[in-house]
Amino acid sequence: MSHLAQAIRELGDSGPLRRMPRANLERIATVLVLGWAVGFMLWQGAGFTITLTTIFAIWAILAVSLNLVVGFTGLLSVGHIGFFGIGAYTMAILASDASYDRLRTESIPTPDWPFFAALPVCIAIAGLVALGVGVVFNRFRDDIFVLVSFGFAIIAFSFFLNLRELTRGAFGIHEIPRPAFGSWVLDGEIEFLIFALICLALVVLICWLIVTSSFGRVLTAIREDEEAIAVFGYRVTHFKLAVWVLSAMMAGLAGALLASWTSFIDPNSFILLESMLLIAIVILGGLATIWGSLLGAMAFVLLEEGMRFLPFLPPEFVGQARQVVLGVLLVLLMLFRPQGLVGRYKL
Amino acid sequence: MHGSSDVSLQLTDIAVHYGAVRALDGVSLGISQGEAVAVLGPNGAGKSTVLKAIMGLAPVVAGEVHWRGRRLEAETHEIVREGICFVPQGRRVFTHLSIEENLEMGCLYLGDESEKRRRLESVLDLFPILYDKRRDLASQMSGGQQQMLAIGRGLMGAPDLLLLDEPTLGLAPIVVGEVFAKVREISNRVDTTIMIVEHNIKGVLEIVDRAYVLDKGRIVHEGTPESIRETNILTDVFLGRIQPDEEGGGRTDGA
Ligand SMILES: Nc1ncnc2c1ncn2[C@@H]1O[C@H](COP(=O)(O)OP(=O)(O)OP(=O)(O)O)[C@@H](O)[C@H]1O
Ligand SMILES: [Mg+2]
Repeated sequence: MSHLAQAIRELGDSGPLRRMPRANLERIATVLVLGWAVGFMLWQGAGFTITLTTIFAIWAILAVSLNLVVGFTGLLSVGHIGFFGIGAYTMAILASDASYDRLRTESIPTPDWPFFAALPVCIAIAGLVALGVGVVFNRFRDDIFVLVSFGFAIIAFSFFLNLRELTRGAFGIHEIPRPAFGSWVLDGEIEFLIFALICLALVVLICWLIVTSSFGRVLTAIREDEEAIAVFGYRVTHFKLAVWVLSAMMAGLAGALLASWTSFIDPNSFILLESMLLIAIVILGGLATIWGSLLGAMAFVLLEEGMRFLPFLPPEFVGQARQVVLGVLLVLLMLFRPQGLVGRYKL
Repeated sequence: MHGSSDVSLQLTDIAVHYGAVRALDGVSLGISQGEAVAVLGPNGAGKSTVLKAIMGLAPVVAGEVHWRGRRLEAETHEIVREGICFVPQGRRVFTHLSIEENLEMGCLYLGDESEKRRRLESVLDLFPILYDKRRDLASQMSGGQQQMLAIGRGLMGAPDLLLLDEPTLGLAPIVVGEVFAKVREISNRVDTTIMIVEHNIKGVLEIVDRAYVLDKGRIVHEGTPESIRETNILTDVFLGRIQPDEEGGGRTDGA
């Protein structure tokens, strides 16, 4: 046993995986994940591919935007799922079919807005909540920040669950519409997928612009030495707040997409565990790399959906199994490649 | 002593408390335009705290800072724009950024791109070694080069007053000489007022016009380098022979 532990430690400390240059591993990881994705999709056919890619688009928006906060700025937030939920619930409340809702017990007031009227509000509300929360959170750093962001995720969840006049609590909200341009409703899966991918592309573009700008370099500097950067006259809190709000707005967008795509949401989609999985994706993919987050999200979706096809795994265990696999992967990766698949930094 | 009219920075009775720790206890000092002044003293004397108090980075509980005749009561970012830049102890360069990007951090608030480029060029001009490596990551530099980078980054703010906190700490003797030569060059060629905290007393006394000796949060001596070399004030302070708690105790004004 102690030999094993020793071997593992040696592997971990000086193993080939840790020393492998980033560029090489990035290439290998990219080929592996994309190959896996293509193979899987060929095997399962077009319908499945479309579903899988849509889920990927939504998770990728979450992962890339979270990496902005966690990877590029160094704020380990486990509360991202809260903003995702706020976006989803805003879409659900504003846009769900009012005539349908009136038929139900405990109906909630729904103004019956079209998707594109509600979407900016979803993003704005996620941003506004982030602004309020961020002003308070800005006092905290490091482990305390993790704890308070944890608290935020819990509070957000209990709002979704208990604010029944607005969210219908555990019953969830039905009949959330798809995006529509005039009379052209994107109710086909492929149309929605294209729309989701456009949103993802926009988010990636914005993140890329941010991290390659001088604003992004200040974030890197904050990540490295917050006090040193303050010496040069930067109001560090403003920078942190700005990136926090932007990231939350992107999560709000992802939430609105999810609500519209599934047409039904309930609080279970926004539990703390989902936030943990999200953090795992970001760390697995690599901190401070957009490409890594995209790969991480793809690998996660493949893993999650792929497990449905394991013949020996009863469907009711799929959920748990993916958590176990992801947990094990995370531990292994931290042991052998603490900077993540294609990341530049350790946590 | 210098006339108060040309004093560019004046600290009056500054007290800084970190909880129960009295880091500074009624410190008054001044520095004139174009001067180079050293702040000396043993570990924990409060030297870094003096610089931080000027930059608005320390909890000042009493006293005033005047800059060019006006009371300086601003936040750090405003103080930087007023023309005071700080090179903190321990270099603290950003290892994940390139040399050029590190330098850029010194003046990012500038909207004017051409002014930025002009400053970058003048700093790279002053430090040829940084020019050669300007695209490399700061983590790939030696300690001495990182210190040059830290000073250069401070100069990117085009300061009228540059505050240097122990720029030679942990450097090999030959590199120490290079750093002091650069500081002297900045003081003379670029005509920047300099306040420098140093442990390397012999070296720093060669390049400054005046020095303050600080002990236990109080100024116990002020004078020219000669006056400090002549008296044994420094040995007294470093061996703990001075009791600053006695009113005016040990205060031996030189010059
Ligand atoms: N952030 C802080 N919190 C609490 N106490 C502090 C803090 N910074 C400094 N002090 C205390 O204030 C006193 C003066 O510290 P300062 O850093 O100014 O000393 P120094 O003269 O620069 O010493 P050194 O030569 O070791 O750098 C010390 O007693 C130190 O413990
Ligand atoms: Mg110090």
